Amino acid sequence: MLLGPSLALSAVLFAIGVAGVLVRRNAIVLFMCIELMLNAVNLSFVALAQVHGVSGQIMVFFVMTVAAAEAAVGLAIILAVFRHTQTVDLKQLNLLKG
Amino acid sequence: MTELVWLAVLLPLVGALCNGWIAATRPHQKQLVSVIGVGVLVGAFVVSVLVAFETAHAPDAGTKVQLWQWMPVTERLTIDLAFLVDRLSVVMLLVITGVGSLIHIFSVGYMRADPGYARYFSYLNLFVAFMLVLVLGASLPVSFIGWEGVGLCSYLLIGFWFDDTANADAGKKAFLANRIGDFGVLVAMFLLWWLVGTLDFVELSARAPAVLAVGGTAVTTITLLIFLGCTGKSAQIPLHVWLPDAMAGPTPVSALIHAATMVTAGVFLVVRTGVLFSLAPATQVVVAVTGALTAFLAASIALRQNDIKKVLAYSTVSQLGYMFIGVGTGAYTAGIFHLVTHAFFKALLFLGAGSVIHAMHHAAHAGHGHLDAQDLRNMGGLRRTMPWTFVLMGLATLAISGVPPFAGFFSKDEILTAAFARGASDPVYLLCWALGLAAALMTAFYMARLMAMAFLGRFRGGDAIEAHVHDAPWVMTGPLVVLGVLSVVGGGLNLPSFAGGSHLLTHWLEPVTAQAIALGAPVEHPHGVTEYLLIGGAVLAALGGLIAGVGWTVRRVIPRPADAPASRGFARLLEAKYYIDELYHHVIVAPVLWISRRVLWQGVDQFLVDRIAVGGTARVAQGLGWVGSRLQNGQVTFYVAIFVVGAILILRTLAR
Repeated sequence: MLLGPSLALSAVLFAIGVAGVLVRRNAIVLFMCIELMLNAVNLSFVALAQVHGVSGQIMVFFVMTVAAAEAAVGLAIILAVFRHTQTVDLKQLNLLKG
Repeated sequence: MTELVWLAVLLPLVGALCNGWIAATRPHQKQLVSVIGVGVLVGAFVVSVLVAFETAHAPDAGTKVQLWQWMPVTERLTIDLAFLVDRLSVVMLLVITGVGSLIHIFSVGYMRADPGYARYFSYLNLFVAFMLVLVLGASLPVSFIGWEGVGLCSYLLIGFWFDDTANADAGKKAFLANRIGDFGVLVAMFLLWWLVGTLDFVELSARAPAVLAVGGTAVTTITLLIFLGCTGKSAQIPLHVWLPDAMAGPTPVSALIHAATMVTAGVFLVVRTGVLFSLAPATQVVVAVTGALTAFLAASIALRQNDIKKVLAYSTVSQLGYMFIGVGTGAYTAGIFHLVTHAFFKALLFLGAGSVIHAMHHAAHAGHGHLDAQDLRNMGGLRRTMPWTFVLMGLATLAISGVPPFAGFFSKDEILTAAFARGASDPVYLLCWALGLAAALMTAFYMARLMAMAFLGRFRGGDAIEAHVHDAPWVMTGPLVVLGVLSVVGGGLNLPSFAGGSHLLTHWLEPVTAQAIALGAPVEHPHGVTEYLLIGGAVLAALGGLIAGVGWTVRRVIPRPADAPASRGFARLLEAKYYIDELYHHVIVAPVLWISRRVLWQGVDQFLVDRIAVGGTARVAQGLGWVGSRLQNGQVTFYVAIFVVGAILILRTLAR
């Protein structure tokens, strides 16, 4: 039933997502990495649903809905930021600092 | 009537409140103030006279007038607000209200033009009320109310013209010097309660001989502490420095507070607690020697003072020293006798000096001249322009010098004889006697010098001013006349047997002092040739001093204050009052100021509190804020990294 390989793939995908968030400077790439992490989680939900019942699969639908909403809001924010500053480079978006 | 003795206290107190209210609301109602201020005092005097008549027939122990329970501390110690009317307090009552009334009347004339007239009478009434509480108190704490109260009034009246900093400083100095003494009295009270278990004067005298060993450490300590209070209040060495400065107040104040009444409170207290002092021969020696040294040194300082009030101030210190020789010798009656006669002639001298200052001041104004109205060197020849004052002050001079048959002769002679008699068993009292005799000589000298400089010779202030000098109005001269009569006949109070008297005051006070005298060392009073030799010596000293004083002054050309050459040698030492003020300044005042400024202010307050405590807290908060602000660097990546690290750490903890 491929539980082990599925979870391993999920962990690898999540790690790639985290690494992307940590090292990339482009806000859109960062955003895609977050989506990657969300989907890694989804994968582990689906895999574990085989063992623990369908509630994991229902959770996946929730995650996808929230991710869609997040993508809409997030992209809108990035668009607004780009219009304002002409850049989406996170290194330069550092006005909020102590 | 004895039960109503509280009226004597209440009347001046009400007067003080009324006058205080007038001072605050309508300070120009001077007539009303005079009526209230003098009226309450005369009323108190009438009460005192009635009480005195009744006391003459009362039981010997005196009557305790209970007002209310004041401090119910424990079963063993309840302090009542009670007055003790016995023969001693009656004597004091009469002196205070009698001389006080005269001085109040004098003040009506003296302070007439002062804008603070109502305030002045308010303070003066308040002083009398407190002074009466002091002498009437049936226990140490009640007397202590008065003791502190008169100190307060003294402070208020010395600094009466407080817009001159020097006057305010003099008030502070008096208050501080008194505080040192008051501390002693307080500690003595605690010790007495601890060891004897009562603070009531009558019970104290009854119980103390059984509880306290004669000459023991306890009673010696207690009496020394009480005497410390007396040195403060009665201006004895080493706390005498405040009294000469206290002359900054109005002259009637000097007469009432700093000559006739308040400063004698110390003598009164020693007599009140006479049993304790008789139990402590070591303290008696200290009291007598302190008195003798004060009498001698103060008299020598008075020799070279040019301010008329300063001469009288040192004279007061010196005469108070005499009283302490008396009470230190165990001759309590002699001390009280001198207290009474001194109240008469010193009040007269001060009021006379007040008249002179008043006249000089107004003459200087009228004659458009400028001179120090108190400087003897500006006076001279006043006998022509102020004959009444001259005659009356002359009488007082004879009285204070100890010329028979004036009042001072009998009281001073009694003290010196007592000291001489005690000297037979304890030679240190012979020293007191010798110092006292020398002081008597100097007293006569400086008084003669004062009189000669002020009243004899020619006026040194200029003709324009002399034309305006005249005797004071009758409201001022009247009290002087009464005091003059008292100064002449006051000796009759306790006329000794050699003068055909019967020791009236001694017998009157016997119920109060008998126990203390019986406890003290037995003293054989000199009779016959020795007695007459002693009297002869005292009279010789007085007359010699007077003649020498007048002769020395009249022959000299007295320079105006501005042209006076600086004196040298011993005279300079006397003029500088033995540099005691300077000594205190360098040894006490300056170090205290240094510690206050360097250690307490700059060290503790500015450094520890301000910089370390207050500033330090701010710095710590600032530092923490800096660390926090470094974390918030605006880099989203950085936040994520921290978040990831945190998440990993949490996961690691959970996985355990």
